[in-house]
Amino acid sequence: MPLDLVLNVAIGGVLTGLVYGLMALGLSVIFGVVRIVNFAHGEMMTVAMYAAVMAFAHWQLDPFAVLLPVAAGLFLFGYGLQTSLINPFITRPEHSQFMLLVAIAIVTVNGLLMAFGPNARTVLVPYALDSIELGPLLVDKVRLYAAGTALAIAAGLFAFFRYARLGAAIRAAADNHTGALVVGLNVKRLYAATFGLGSACVGAAGCLMAVLIDVTPTLGPVYTLLAFVIVIVGGLGSMMGALVGGVLIGLSEALAGLVLVPSAKSMVTFALLILVLLLRPQGLFGRRA
Amino acid sequence: MIDRPLLVRGPRLGRRAFAAGAVALAGAGTARAQAMLPLKIGVLLPKTGVQAFFGQSCQRGADIAPALLPELGYQARFELMNADTETNVDTARARAEKLINDGAHVLVGPFDSGAAGAIAQVAEQRGVPFVINIAAAPQITEQGYKFVFRNFPTSGMLVTNGFSLMKDMFAATGAMPKTAVFMHVNDTFGQANRAAIERLFPSFNMPFRILDTIAYDPAARDLSVEVAKAKATQAELLMVVARLNDAILLVREMVKQRWEPMGIVSPGSPGMYEEQFFTSLGKYSEFIVSNVPWYNPRSEVANLLAQAFKKQFPNDRMIGHIFNVGFTFEAVLGAVDAYQRARSTDGKALAEALRATRIEKHVMVGGPIAFDAKGQNIAIGSAALQNRNGEPRVVLPATAAEATPVFPIPGWTKRG
Repeated sequence: MPLDLVLNVAIGGVLTGLVYGLMALGLSVIFGVVRIVNFAHGEMMTVAMYAAVMAFAHWQLDPFAVLLPVAAGLFLFGYGLQTSLINPFITRPEHSQFMLLVAIAIVTVNGLLMAFGPNARTVLVPYALDSIELGPLLVDKVRLYAAGTALAIAAGLFAFFRYARLGAAIRAAADNHTGALVVGLNVKRLYAATFGLGSACVGAAGCLMAVLIDVTPTLGPVYTLLAFVIVIVGGLGSMMGALVGGVLIGLSEALAGLVLVPSAKSMVTFALLILVLLLRPQGLFGRRA
Repeated sequence: MIDRPLLVRGPRLGRRAFAAGAVALAGAGTARAQAMLPLKIGVLLPKTGVQAFFGQSCQRGADIAPALLPELGYQARFELMNADTETNVDTARARAEKLINDGAHVLVGPFDSGAAGAIAQVAEQRGVPFVINIAAAPQITEQGYKFVFRNFPTSGMLVTNGFSLMKDMFAATGAMPKTAVFMHVNDTFGQANRAAIERLFPSFNMPFRILDTIAYDPAARDLSVEVAKAKATQAELLMVVARLNDAILLVREMVKQRWEPMGIVSPGSPGMYEEQFFTSLGKYSEFIVSNVPWYNPRSEVANLLAQAFKKQFPNDRMIGHIFNVGFTFEAVLGAVDAYQRARSTDGKALAEALRATRIEKHVMVGGPIAFDAKGQNIAIGSAALQNRNGEPRVVLPATAAEATPVFPIPGWTKRG
């Protein structure tokens, strides 16, 4: 097998994986702090994708240009969702939380179907079909831009949690819920801010995904599952794990498609998941319970 | 609508004359048919999911029937009971059961081979006739079913016609690719076409060798790996058995990876002549060839269908839907025609009437609609369509050609 072919495919896998990583990062942040798995995660990303598609269709706005407003919109949506619907479920059994978020996911999918119909929609920016030639390598321009943006957003999020006062407060609430209450932190607000941040991440990821793939209302469940797989592989609640997990899944999908058969890509993703669950149940970057 | 004038040669058959003829054929049964209960036709289509475009496109063909069939002389009353298979085989089976429980006398649909196989089992168990509009997997009519009728070519018929047309195109243009790579969806339809290609290829003495066969998921969101693999074979021709979204992804990825084979040809699959293919790809949709069953521009019924489509769906171009609309309309036509002759909604009586079907005047190319002992219509032909100026144009056979074939096709960067 020619080396340039392998390298081309591997680079594509890594770039796609970085966007996957950003998407999963949102899920990981929410779980790491609020201890709720957002089963409407993929659906929220689909909402962001439609926002990007609509902005492009109506005002010819590049998805990279609307990334911040869309992420801000998703932040508000996530904040509101946590405050109004999820907070009352925090102390309820996990199956109640699961049903709540699945219900939100179903409502979202059907709302999108009613609003936009079932046909695939696309964002064809002027450079959508361009590639950058680096010797024998041909790098997809939009994939490169999307991956670079995902990496920058992830770095910003890491910095926020490390250096910002609000980030430190969220970490404190995640590490010791009772302690955070004792020192006077408004934990419910912090949870809402965290859900908002996670949603903003998935909003940004949605804008990036909009330039990579077509969007349909039923896309959500596939990406909820993918994000879930990524955070389990990377380690539930670990931000670095989510990013590395995303790259690993993107790379393994691409190489599996090349070395095995393309239609076995998903199979390899789940094989990787089983392997990690067997050998390192807490995930690659997760802490042992 | 069909946006260019339809070719109508030979003596023109007026709408009234046609109606009168059809009524005469129906004979004395018509008067009694009017008094009969309406035939309940369960229409099963994938109106959501990966195949949503096709399902909704097909639905238009069914929706036209209540207005158009009386104009063609069919007086039998009928009702459509619409159901969504959600591009899911299990859902298709469940919806078929529900339609029958709700009183459907005959089933029509479902665009997809996997779903057709599942519905056929239900139809057979419940003794309710099932008229397939579009589904090519040969096994559906090889099971000895008594209630299943298919007005669509099998994979073998598609590939046989497709290979013949490919050879004709090479002969017409004088360009012969020496190598090819074959890419296909790995659903029931794609697998059936692959099997047919592997079985028939050696006997066709094609000028090219198939270097590699690459299967992919019909719901794939990214075909970069598949295209990289195909490009690496350095094949001169790309043969594709696709759906729609995957066909769009495939071409986009070919442009990104700057892969410019001599041509892209489907030996018999949807996707690359659909309306959404043109709107999504613009200039990159041009020159791609699909060898598929097509409407007969010289058919009076096709003309009437075009007029009805324009009236009912004024915002849509019929040329982007004609394949789906034509076959679905014909399936409903077959069911109503059988009912008019059977004069009964009983499953066995309807199945017997369907077995005796002979509809001379219909929409798609080929002989009269008739079914053999297996329930298969074996008289359906294909045409080679090449995308030209934003619509599929017949380039072969020469007797029906609207344009001359272009092969090799211009590179992606040479399209203005």
